[in-house]
Amino acid sequence: MKLLLIVLLPLAGIVLPPVLVRAGRTASAWAAATPTALALVLLAGMAPTVFEGGVVEASWPWMPALGLNLAFFLDGFGLLFAGLILGIGLLIILYARYYLSEDDPMGRFYAMLLAFMGAMLGIVLSDNILLLVVFWELTSISSFLLIGYWRHRADARQGARMALAVTGAGGLCLLAAAILLGHVVGSYQLQAILAAGDTITASPLYLPILGLVLLGAFTKSAQVPFHFWLPHAMAAPTPVSAYLHSATMVKAGVFLIARLYPALSGTEEWFVLVTVIGLATMVFGAYGALFKDDLKGLLAYSTISHLGLITLLFGLNTQAGVIAGVFHIINHATFKASLFMSAGIIDHETGTRDIRKLGGLRHYMPVTMWLAAIAAASMAGVPLFNGFLSKEMFFTEVVVESERLGGIGWLLPVFATIGGLLSAAYSLRFVHDVFFGDETGALPRHPHEPPRYMRVPVEILILICVVVGVVPSLAISTVLATAAGGVLLQAPEPFSLALWHGFNVPLVMSVLALAGAVALYYQRDAAERWHERTFPAFTGKGCFESVLAGAIAASRRLTAWLDDGSVQRNVVLVIGTAVVMAAAGGITGGLDAGSRALTPAPLPAVAVWLMGVIATVVVALRHHDRFLALVATGVVGLLSALTFIYISAPDLALTQLSVEVVSTVLLLLALNVLPKETPHESSPGRRWRDGVLAVAGGGGIAALAYAAMTRPLDSISRYFLETSVPGGGGHNVVNVILVDFRGFDTFGEITVLGIAALCVYALIRDEAHTMASADTEARHPRMLLIGSRVMLPLLAVVTVYVFLRGHNQPGGGFIAGLIAAVAMVTQYMASGVHWTEQRLTGNYFPMIGAGLLTAGFTGLASWLFDVPFLTSTFSHVNWPVVGDFEIASAVAFDLGVFLTVVGSVVLMLSQFGKQQPPVEGR
Amino acid sequence: MLTVTLYIGFAAVIAAMAMNLYRLLAGPTAEDRVLALDTLYINAIALILLVSIQFADRIYFEAALLIAMMGFVGTIALAKYLGRGALMD
Repeated sequence: MKLLLIVLLPLAGIVLPPVLVRAGRTASAWAAATPTALALVLLAGMAPTVFEGGVVEASWPWMPALGLNLAFFLDGFGLLFAGLILGIGLLIILYARYYLSEDDPMGRFYAMLLAFMGAMLGIVLSDNILLLVVFWELTSISSFLLIGYWRHRADARQGARMALAVTGAGGLCLLAAAILLGHVVGSYQLQAILAAGDTITASPLYLPILGLVLLGAFTKSAQVPFHFWLPHAMAAPTPVSAYLHSATMVKAGVFLIARLYPALSGTEEWFVLVTVIGLATMVFGAYGALFKDDLKGLLAYSTISHLGLITLLFGLNTQAGVIAGVFHIINHATFKASLFMSAGIIDHETGTRDIRKLGGLRHYMPVTMWLAAIAAASMAGVPLFNGFLSKEMFFTEVVVESERLGGIGWLLPVFATIGGLLSAAYSLRFVHDVFFGDETGALPRHPHEPPRYMRVPVEILILICVVVGVVPSLAISTVLATAAGGVLLQAPEPFSLALWHGFNVPLVMSVLALAGAVALYYQRDAAERWHERTFPAFTGKGCFESVLAGAIAASRRLTAWLDDGSVQRNVVLVIGTAVVMAAAGGITGGLDAGSRALTPAPLPAVAVWLMGVIATVVVALRHHDRFLALVATGVVGLLSALTFIYISAPDLALTQLSVEVVSTVLLLLALNVLPKETPHESSPGRRWRDGVLAVAGGGGIAALAYAAMTRPLDSISRYFLETSVPGGGGHNVVNVILVDFRGFDTFGEITVLGIAALCVYALIRDEAHTMASADTEARHPRMLLIGSRVMLPLLAVVTVYVFLRGHNQPGGGFIAGLIAAVAMVTQYMASGVHWTEQRLTGNYFPMIGAGLLTAGFTGLASWLFDVPFLTSTFSHVNWPVVGDFEIASAVAFDLGVFLTVVGSVVLMLSQFGKQQPPVEGR
Repeated sequence: MLTVTLYIGFAAVIAAMAMNLYRLLAGPTAEDRVLALDTLYINAIALILLVSIQFADRIYFEAALLIAMMGFVGTIALAKYLGRGALMD
């Protein structure tokens, strides 16, 4: 339970900062710090168990059918990372309180930060690999939101988009890898996967899994060639850069590599892929950092380089490499976060991050200078600081590995030294160019020391750097051993964290790197000129944007080719495909009539059918005269209703008749503002093609229906007919299906109807209604006035009657709703908009809303009785005059349907009605 | 006896509907078509009642009621359209 709380506390705390920011920015910061601190306390409480070698576990089923469980576990490695996330998170919260300006919405910032924190904790504590992927994606999204925090800046938006695209793609690869891993191991539980290392490496799916996992890890940790998003993510506020893009989020990739180390490592493929990419990234990142003019850009490339270093260490397949890797994770987090915060302080106090404009700041911010200098020295690998120790371990491992490789193995230490050299060089540049040297006088603000509490987080981190650097065994060796034990799944062999190992090759490499860095630094102008001559301006962002633009252009071309906006073309494609496929089936399988006897066709029925056919053909042939087409369509509708009556479907007939009128009114409203004639647009050849296709399609379906109906068929209608009364309490099976058996579907449909009505309103909203100046008699004929007003109460009675009898006789909410809507529309037509809306309401939104809410609450009410949503009940009632009848709770649902239908239909028709341009005569 | 009456009734109503249809499709003016449609509605009521008598089932009477009310509204709408164009003034 406590494990779940650790993850949930930051997530639950998301709502606090935006609410409390009204009480002040400090209150908001406390609101963000409290859940973090609580989680940290809980974590510390569990630490003793982990240090003794135990593992804390907790799990709950979530979607067992998919293998996804809410499972968490805490081992040494997870403890380390969770401690880093929460501890540095607290410091960042304090720092951000002073960094963000008065205009920046602080509540939103802290909310997103807490969201990220919770997601990151989910990654490191998760025991189910699918759960890990879920949290992985959550970190991508929250990082996207945080990078784009300053929404008004284009570079922030582009950087956020790029980060999301790259890390999201990686997340997709990771999901594929997770599924493959679960398939190979047989379980999605992470501990099971870690124990099954031999199975995985021996399986034929090993290479795809490895490739996909590495894709996910490398995109997240900005390894070459996926590194280009990280420098652009520097458009985020500095607290975000310090937290996400140096200490935690980018570490998620190396976390994954370390976490899956027992499962995937030990093979040559692992060694080649991970080590080579790590090495390339390390050198490339360090080289890129040297020539950057932006403080944060320099630090971004330096982060890329150090992550490459860590990756390389994990790629070496050795225990000592793992220990060194874990150690560097810790060290890098401390000095990089403090460096970013220092860069933020410089930016905050001077107004610029451009190194070319900065200089001589040691006079104005001496304390900051010392802090930044120590952090940079740690980054460069200067002795007595923690960076030196992990660098030494790195060099040692590289040398050992090169001896093991033989042959070209000597390249490894050479490149490592070059990497260290460049790393020291840019660290020197960071300190010297900014704090020493001459002032340029180009600073926007007069620099001074930052507010006390803005510096405190940096001081704490620097303290850790120094303590670990001076007395490492005392400070960190237990933590390191436990964490490394978590990665290796066993206690690591004893290792030495001493500062002095004697004169050996790694020491020589360190000295060479430092000396070379100083030399390079003093020749940096020449180096920069060489760099600009040698390497063309070829940016990662340029590639990314052009790939994206190419993909968009290609998909636009494909869509335009398939769908050029012509409805006719779409219909031809759809019906043509259906005809072809059905014909293929009919020809290969055969299509013949069944054996059931045909029922007799009385002459009146045939006559009615014939009339319907004639009317339809007339619509098709004479459609250019739109009025005739409209009237003929009305005939077809009426005859369809008669057909329904003939085949014993009274509900359908009632619905058809009601909808017929509403459609006619709607079409007339539209026809009034459209041309009265359809233009002749298609050639005779095309008409013949369409005609043949239509006959083939319609005729084919008719043949299919005939063949189906002449075969003995046992359909689901038997179930409904049998259970309608005992299960639903109604004799009208159609209505019982609509509001009871398939009530959820009806609920969805009335929601869609409401949305459609609102869309119509939104599209043709036009408040200006010009009142015509013609005389009243012509506008509102008296006979129509009287007739409609007399009809209104009659229609109301019929509405109520049809509504109430719906459950047992033909009728129901939908039909009643349509009748009521027609009654109201008649008033609009007879007496005009103004008169009607004074007496009825002109605002139909409450009606739609009330209908949907009624239907929804009827469904929810069944939860009170501990049954599923929309279960209905019924009982018998005996009233004096009326007699004995059943009443079902579905009546309330039907009421909801009724209200929604009335509101939607009248809203749509009245909106259209208000658009009419008044016309004199005809 | 009833059967013969029903036959005659059906024949008459169907003939009437056919004539309505002819006038609807052929009628030179739009008003002719509207009147034909309205009369078609009335004849449909008659047809439904005859069908109910034949099947001895009262269940379709509401459909006839609905045609009577709704046909009226449909004809109003068409008439207003032909008169002033604007349905809701």
